[in-house]
Amino acid sequence: MTLEIIDLSVSFRDHLPLFPPLTLTIPQGEVGTIMGPSGIGKSTLLDAVGGHLAHGFAASGQVRLNGRSLDGIPAEARRIGLMFQDAVLFPHLSVGDNLAFGLGRHVRGRPARAAAVAQALDQAGLPGMERRDPATLSGGQRARIALMRTLLAEPLALLLDEPFSKLDAALRAEMRDFTYRHIRERGIPALMVTHDPQDAAAALGPMIQLRGTD
Amino acid sequence: MRSVVLTVVVLGLLTPIAAGLWQTGRAAFGILPAIGAIDASLSPWGGLLALPGLSTAIRLSLFTGLAATGLSLVLAVGFCAAVHGRMSRQVGARMLTPFLAAPHAAIAIGLAFVLAPSGWIARMLAMPLGWDRPPDLSSVNDPWGIALVVGLMVKEVPFLLLVILAALTQIPVRAQMAAGRALGYGRGLVWVKIVMPQVWPLIRLPVLVVLAYSLSVVDMALILGPSNPPTLAVLLTRLYSDPDIGLILPASAGAILQLVLVVQAFGLLWLAERLVARLGLVWLRRGGRGTSTEPLLHLATGATLALLAVGALAMLSLAVWSLAWRWTWPAPLPESWSLKAWATPSSGWARALANTAALAITSTALCLVLAIAWLEGEDRAHMPRARWAKGLIYLPLLIPQISFLFGMNVLVLRSGLQLGFWTVVWAQSLFVFPYVMIALSDPWRARDTRLDRTAAALGAGPWRRLIRVKLPVLLAPVCTAAAIGVAVSVAQYLPTLFLGAGRIVTLTTEAVTLSSSSDRRVVGVYGSLQAALPFLAYALAFFIPAALHRNRRDLRGEAFT
Repeated sequence: MTLEIIDLSVSFRDHLPLFPPLTLTIPQGEVGTIMGPSGIGKSTLLDAVGGHLAHGFAASGQVRLNGRSLDGIPAEARRIGLMFQDAVLFPHLSVGDNLAFGLGRHVRGRPARAAAVAQALDQAGLPGMERRDPATLSGGQRARIALMRTLLAEPLALLLDEPFSKLDAALRAEMRDFTYRHIRERGIPALMVTHDPQDAAAALGPMIQLRGTD
Repeated sequence: MRSVVLTVVVLGLLTPIAAGLWQTGRAAFGILPAIGAIDASLSPWGGLLALPGLSTAIRLSLFTGLAATGLSLVLAVGFCAAVHGRMSRQVGARMLTPFLAAPHAAIAIGLAFVLAPSGWIARMLAMPLGWDRPPDLSSVNDPWGIALVVGLMVKEVPFLLLVILAALTQIPVRAQMAAGRALGYGRGLVWVKIVMPQVWPLIRLPVLVVLAYSLSVVDMALILGPSNPPTLAVLLTRLYSDPDIGLILPASAGAILQLVLVVQAFGLLWLAERLVARLGLVWLRRGGRGTSTEPLLHLATGATLALLAVGALAMLSLAVWSLAWRWTWPAPLPESWSLKAWATPSSGWARALANTAALAITSTALCLVLAIAWLEGEDRAHMPRARWAKGLIYLPLLIPQISFLFGMNVLVLRSGLQLGFWTVVWAQSLFVFPYVMIALSDPWRARDTRLDRTAAALGAGPWRRLIRVKLPVLLAPVCTAAAIGVAVSVAQYLPTLFLGAGRIVTLTTEAVTLSSSSDRRVVGVYGSLQAALPFLAYALAFFIPAALHRNRRDLRGEAFT
């Protein structure tokens, strides 16, 4: 499994591209990092890879996942997970239902699905918390649930948008290890944007410094 | 999806208005084959001008409409300036809800109870002043239309307050207020010189709606306005429902005249806006400051509170009268109570209630589905709202109802459709849809779209995103929009009258018809029910999300925002 980004560039309407064309290959189990000042379009780059570009933005170049081009494929069909700095749990669903929303359709039958959710909660260190309101969880707990929800959808690649920047220093290291470990275990490529050098150093994967085009 | 929605909106909502205006216009120039008039002529205009009291009717319409709109705006702005920052938007919205929910006709009937020479206010003054009989005063249906202006203001001030409060969330008022006051300007002056110029573009359309409505209101003017001659819209309604069908032609000419009046008033507002902007800049540049506006703020606050108190009294009096039995002058409360007026639902109120509820639920459900489809269509097409689309949504609220409803009636009859339940649903939806759409648009766009993207990244397609994520998260605003839809539907008078051919009896049509009768108890029953139905809808809109989301902290407290 490999995520290949080839000459990718994004522009808004007829403005100049946000950044020069970018090429990066991330092998399975590795975390590629993109560093750069804020406002340069790092999140937009992730949107382009995940298929979430807002109206008015256009991408050029190519994104390939396992050798298959993602051109024209809608976000929900790309099987690329997305993590924000906030966990973005669905506020109307319980913790368990948030996980069940992510769990793939192929796990059939109520007992099997409940078991999969319970197992994910175990892995997140929150056993038995199915019925909790996500709003009552701590920041670290929310982040772990968000990662579990993403992984339950069995993504073929992962996008991380400054995933640890809202956590305090101690929690950040812990969450970083937790996230990278799961990515290695699953053997999927991940692309992370961050402005924290420690995130990048710990990722051990390829790194690119992004600069603007102006 | 977008094109389907647009087709439905254009065909279902705009075509009837345009075609209705066209038919009315033809009748105004003598062409109405249904009654055998086929030659174009100016005689309908001659007939209109020959009507006794026409010029007074026009003057009354202009005076009541402009006075109600202008005073409502001044009070709403003054009140906001005085209380903003001390009252949260939620608290304010909750306080205003009863006034927004109650139909115009119910407020009007209640006000008539309160303001009449034998009404509550006079009764309270009777004891200290030693009146032994009701004063000889025409405090309701007064020839100047003052009671009508007060009635309109009871409805419009809360509406404008809500609109202004919503607009203020888009402006950093606290910071600007602090900056202005630090430069030596009083609160009122910062408000007028800094905040209002930013608020105005955001509330211009709602103000136009208030202006158009106030100039052409029928139900409230029938109950509170002068009767001989009445305002233009009432005069036209009478002509339309006259047994002499020949009067339809001059009535149609009048309906076009009504439209011209509204357009002229819009022009007047535009001119005033230009003038105020020009003079305001001159004033602003002179740099005058101080706290001299403080007493005016207190005046506006006092007047607004008094107005709301009278409105609350009006709603209360509906219930009290419906339960009263013996209530002689000058007793402040009934001497004996009875459920008699309520005891015979078969006398009519049960059927009116059932009709009203069925119409409200049907038209609200239709409009809600259409509004959600529209907003979802915008999402899927990745298109922001175009300016013309916003104008399109407001259009039915800017054109006087009487100017196109008769033409719509002609059109329906000519196409061979039966006037009845579904034509009334249709006509009501013309006015329910804009309000539902306006109520839902801002919360829809303000929601956290990262939830959608997260759901998509988890493999959820557009339908699953809509049903499992968007709608549940937006449950509170969807419920609020539905409650507003119900309130608008229940309040409709002319659409029910003109597109129901008199066969569809609702609480509003009955309340208006009965309001001139002598039995205040029966009128009280209809008025109470008419106000109760929207209250119930608002209560449900508050409690349903609160109950379903009781264990979801991040979704609580969003009702009425």
